[in-house]
Amino acid sequence: MISGSMTPLAITDYTLTTCLGAGRAANWDKIDRAESGLKPCDFFDITDLPTWIGEVAGVDQQALPARLANYDCRNNRLAWLALQQDDFLAKASQAIETYGAARVGVFIGTSTSGIHQTELAYFESRDHLPDWYHYRSTHNVFSVADFVQQALGARGVCIAISTACSSSAKVFASAYRAIATGMCDAAIVGGVDSLCLTTLYGFHSLQLVSPDKCKPFDKDRSGISIGEAGGFALLEKDADSPLALLGYGESGDAYHMSSPHPDGEGASLAMQMALDKAGLASEDIDYINLHGTGTLANDAAESKAVAHLFGEHIWASSTKGWTGHTLGAAGIVETGFSLMSITHNRIPSNLHLQQPDDGMRIALPLTAVQQPVRRVLTNSFGFGGSNCSLVVGARV
Amino acid sequence: MKVFVDAIGLAAPGLNGWQESLPVLRGEQTYAANELERYKPEQLPANERRRATDLVRMAFRVCEDLLRQKPIDIRQCAAVFASSGGDYPIIDQICKALCEPERLVSPTQFHNSVHNSAAGYWSIATGSRAPSTSISAFDDSFCAGLLEAANLCVIEQLPTILAVYDIKPPEPLQSKRPISQDFGVALLLSPTESADSLAQLTLTIAESAESTSAQLASLEAMRLRNPAARSLPLLEFIARQQSGHMLLAANNNPALTIEVKPCH
Repeated sequence: MISGSMTPLAITDYTLTTCLGAGRAANWDKIDRAESGLKPCDFFDITDLPTWIGEVAGVDQQALPARLANYDCRNNRLAWLALQQDDFLAKASQAIETYGAARVGVFIGTSTSGIHQTELAYFESRDHLPDWYHYRSTHNVFSVADFVQQALGARGVCIAISTACSSSAKVFASAYRAIATGMCDAAIVGGVDSLCLTTLYGFHSLQLVSPDKCKPFDKDRSGISIGEAGGFALLEKDADSPLALLGYGESGDAYHMSSPHPDGEGASLAMQMALDKAGLASEDIDYINLHGTGTLANDAAESKAVAHLFGEHIWASSTKGWTGHTLGAAGIVETGFSLMSITHNRIPSNLHLQQPDDGMRIALPLTAVQQPVRRVLTNSFGFGGSNCSLVVGARV
Repeated sequence: MKVFVDAIGLAAPGLNGWQESLPVLRGEQTYAANELERYKPEQLPANERRRATDLVRMAFRVCEDLLRQKPIDIRQCAAVFASSGGDYPIIDQICKALCEPERLVSPTQFHNSVHNSAAGYWSIATGSRAPSTSISAFDDSFCAGLLEAANLCVIEQLPTILAVYDIKPPEPLQSKRPISQDFGVALLLSPTESADSLAQLTLTIAESAESTSAQLASLEAMRLRNPAARSLPLLEFIARQQSGHMLLAANNNPALTIEVKPCH
């Protein structure tokens, strides 16, 4: 198993775009005001799914740069919208200038990339896919990583990581390793996942979609609300920054394709590895941003794993009541919330949680908590039992 | 960056298994494009095997071929699964189902649609909770997978299985993503040399490069038909116990120089 600690890696910039808004300030404002971004599902022409979604406003109106017209699809429009927030484009361009394009890597997590484009192509003609449909630059898993690399002008290592809902947490681990072996000096990491029929009907078929707004850890929770989001972070070797990646842990459940291990054994391993990599003990963590999807199985398993490692006293919350489950983008979005929690010394509540379920022996705040926050552990767990935990914070 | 290749798994028409393919890779036997028969993953419990798609079977075929040469404690072994497009037949089935008025997506098809399906089944089959990842870099997937696996192997000091595979998309996707031949390869990378090591690889970023071709014309044609088959020149080097440099060019990734040195 993974051992040894890591050298903190500077996070010099980050941004996120969710159904709460575009950019950090718009998102934190809604967190502060305890206002969810979820709404009844009206995506595409869906009339038969009584559920709630977290749709990002203005995605369809995004026009990609003309030279990247072949990449046009909902997922890459969302990527482009997210890249333009918080001056991230300028900061990334500056890094490319500083280190040289070939020394800047791109690591993007996504679960379904631009599959909605293929859905649309099939609707038009299942026999001969239409001429406007470009598989490679829209649907393919790599399309979004390719798009981000082209949009920014980076020329270093470039991969898409697609491990379902842990995808854009794992980009931090991959980027750390690529920088540590000297393959690059800086990395643009991120995640983008957009609404599509495959995930809405797919999660529905597994009976994991809630008819109500998701209520993580509540005794009446009834599943996930599906959201979409995009976010990015800039990681730089030897840079000065108050925020850093301190630890990462990755594990498999070895249990089931679409259900977590009931005692959260794989989740515990990932969290413990992240602490070990950071050289920290559990009491060094001020806040745990939970995966907290709102399904019966996830929340029960995750709370057991957290209670086992951290006891009952470290504040822990899921931010999915605000954004819904943004799937392959959940890792980057929730890392963003974790970093904002440090900046604002404020711990978000568990939105929509009224009565914690029996057996949730962890500290679940019902309202926001104002207190010093120096280090946050954030969890992302996915189908196939793919777990990833990150520790971010002020440098030790 | 240095890593050791301790075992190899291989599956493609006419290249059914690493040991079985050595005479062809060495140029001692003429290549014959015999189709692969459907594979039954040995390590998967019956219930999971029933649900395993052709793509998952391909991943298991090459990983299990590799383990036949070098039995290792798989629970201490990291894994990188690289596929340019994942499960094309499942994507096709789901998109067709969504065209029907009821839009009934099968739960099994949905969980099989994730890009990390093979990694999930592999973890269940082997009981391994070691880190694994699932990636794509389109036609650069072998190059990017090799870098990802080498980084994992060196930084975490873990033996690491790299499995790279793509299967033929069905129509109508085939017309937009023409992959005309199935191909899968698995390499067991180790951070240190052992008595079983086949070759030492030194990976460096090259300025710019033309990819090294396969030495055999029949394999050179295959190299271009499937992103995973970009591995063929490396496999020829190792099969022939040749020393030398090969270049792996890529579209979105830096070109790689691989210095290959046989271990015995």
